[in-house]
Amino acid sequence: MSANFKNPVVRWIDHRLPIFTFMHHEANEYPTPKNLSYWWNFGSLAGFMLVVMMASGIFLAMQYTPHVDYAFDSVERIMRDVNYGWLLRYIHMNGASMFFIVVYIHMFRGLYFGSYKAPRELLWQIGVVILLLMMATAFMGYVLPWGQMSFWGATVITNLFSALPVVGESIVTLLWGGFSVDNPTLNRFFSLHYLLPFVLLGVVVLHVVALHRFGSNNPIGIDTKGPQDSIPFHPYYTVKDLFGLGVFMILFAYWVFYAPVTLGDPDNFIPANPLSTPQHIVPEWYFLPYYAILRSIPDKLMGVIAMFASILVLFVLPWLDRSPVRSGRYRPAFKWFFWMLVFDCAILTICGKNAPDWIWSPLSFSIGPDVGQAGVSIITMGQLATTYYFGYFLVILPLLSIFERALPVPLSISRPVLGAGGAHAAIAQRSPKPMEKL
Amino acid sequence: MSAKSLLLKGITALVGVTAVLFVAATPFHEVHVEKESWSFQGFFGKFDRPQIKRGFKVYKEVCSACHSLNLVSYRSLQDVGFSEAEVKEIAASVTVMDGPNDDGEMFERPGKPSDAFKAPFANEQAARASNNGALPPDLSLISRSRGGKGFGAYEGADYIHGVLVGYKEPPADFKLNDGMNYNIGFAGHQIAMPAPLAEDGVTYEDGTKATIEQMSRDVSVFLTWAGEPNYENRLHTGLKAMLFLIVFTLIAYAAKRKIWARIH
Repeated sequence: MSANFKNPVVRWIDHRLPIFTFMHHEANEYPTPKNLSYWWNFGSLAGFMLVVMMASGIFLAMQYTPHVDYAFDSVERIMRDVNYGWLLRYIHMNGASMFFIVVYIHMFRGLYFGSYKAPRELLWQIGVVILLLMMATAFMGYVLPWGQMSFWGATVITNLFSALPVVGESIVTLLWGGFSVDNPTLNRFFSLHYLLPFVLLGVVVLHVVALHRFGSNNPIGIDTKGPQDSIPFHPYYTVKDLFGLGVFMILFAYWVFYAPVTLGDPDNFIPANPLSTPQHIVPEWYFLPYYAILRSIPDKLMGVIAMFASILVLFVLPWLDRSPVRSGRYRPAFKWFFWMLVFDCAILTICGKNAPDWIWSPLSFSIGPDVGQAGVSIITMGQLATTYYFGYFLVILPLLSIFERALPVPLSISRPVLGAGGAHAAIAQRSPKPMEKL
Repeated sequence: MSAKSLLLKGITALVGVTAVLFVAATPFHEVHVEKESWSFQGFFGKFDRPQIKRGFKVYKEVCSACHSLNLVSYRSLQDVGFSEAEVKEIAASVTVMDGPNDDGEMFERPGKPSDAFKAPFANEQAARASNNGALPPDLSLISRSRGGKGFGAYEGADYIHGVLVGYKEPPADFKLNDGMNYNIGFAGHQIAMPAPLAEDGVTYEDGTKATIEQMSRDVSVFLTWAGEPNYENRLHTGLKAMLFLIVFTLIAYAAKRKIWARIH
């Protein structure tokens, strides 16, 4: 267990506090399946984004003033007068979008390759907790610049809780710290926006601990059978992650330097005004699918429940998909439904962005108010997409577990990797092999 | 499957995600805004310095009668081609209220470069009272708050220019409200602001002919700069960052190939 460190100081410390042994064990020699694809880069990218967000956020907080009279101007002061303040702020606001893109890809990867299945159910659920914490943090962070969309977004979202029976109104008053979105709201949102990332960091540690219990899943979805199937994390995956990080940072830098406000709403450059409601109140893009689900249910309470259920259903996902085969590669029917889910989430995003009574004419690629063109209304589209979203988890996956005939699964990871061309011929002999349950 | 084909798949996925964002973020706009070409656009964009100077003149002599520019200070003008002496002179041309002094009195003094642009009205009520109940918006961020939404959208400058040159005779069947003006660049085609620009409304020092079109473009560029004074700085820094990241990524890729060659 204990590694041999050359540096005597390191040895002295490690003997008393085995932190170097721990790091060596978990980040250096940590055995990782040798066949991980680039889809497995997104976990470390998410960790990188958390650090970027916390670092840029801490420096922004040094210049920001959480008061309704000064918040907007203090942000503009950061943009204009603080040295490289504009860079910090653009990194932070686009970083939120990048963080969500990375995490969504990370989750879709888990969905496709069955990373939520035994024995990684808890790992998956902790990940869903991370998503919820991210969403809360992002929402409260968006309120801080105190622009029009900050204010009205906060008003709309906090008001959702009033739909809850009995306690709803009290919860809203508690969130607001008063009887409308006002200075107390801004103050507590700032406080919580600073707090939650640290909670998130703690949960990320749990996520990594749970991950290291059984190690990463892999594109084939079968367990490592021995040392021939795995390679040490360092240097193989550190260097692969580094390359992925480079590609990702080029994209990130593109947003920050060349399209810093494209993902945002221009209305947030207008200071918050409780007396003037923007024509369309829309959340940031990463919340649009949930917003579409919320609006597709005519009843407010049911809409709120559906919106939260769209995330909560992920908690029970490991028990909805009973198929013994993890990887979507060997599930011919599942594959199609999975990609339709990805497409479905894109449709939900579009539905969340546009007014419910607008018409979407797919042939002319246009969405707008009803001017008599052929098409489907956004609300109908949203309802169809919502139905598929829940249908995927609650109906399709359980049924597929029963009726789908999976393709033969390879015997081990090292065979297809080492055997290059001949490997597939060798593995095709076996019938579907049930996952070993731990 | 080779790493390259997986990389290709990854890139395809990223392109796919971007395409989704593209569709989702290109919504319907209330008014049609003509996209112009501006010198500040593109990776190597730059503000045209003489144009900013002219635009400032239009703002000072026309717009500033009603519109404040609260977030911009006089000293910022030095970033776009005004000399220190010119900035001092421009600042000193206004009188600002300061104080209290040691006697507890408020006093008036000439403006300093560190002052923000002086607002034409003391408060919102005064502004509304002088403008038939309408509030002339502060112009510090007008180029940003009126920009188009999403990918490939029009610039704030396109919108400003569209409004400034959008004053036309209303169609016969158009019902114009009292005190309103017909403008094809404004949502609903009714705007409280009367046409602000008139031919030769200002006299340009560089001899450029002050047509409405010219003044409108100049002030649109000036306001774009005012909306983001660090704009050019951002593009320059971006270029350096991109070059660094591309080299970094190539080296990382070479290292990755070399290290993974051990097990392939």
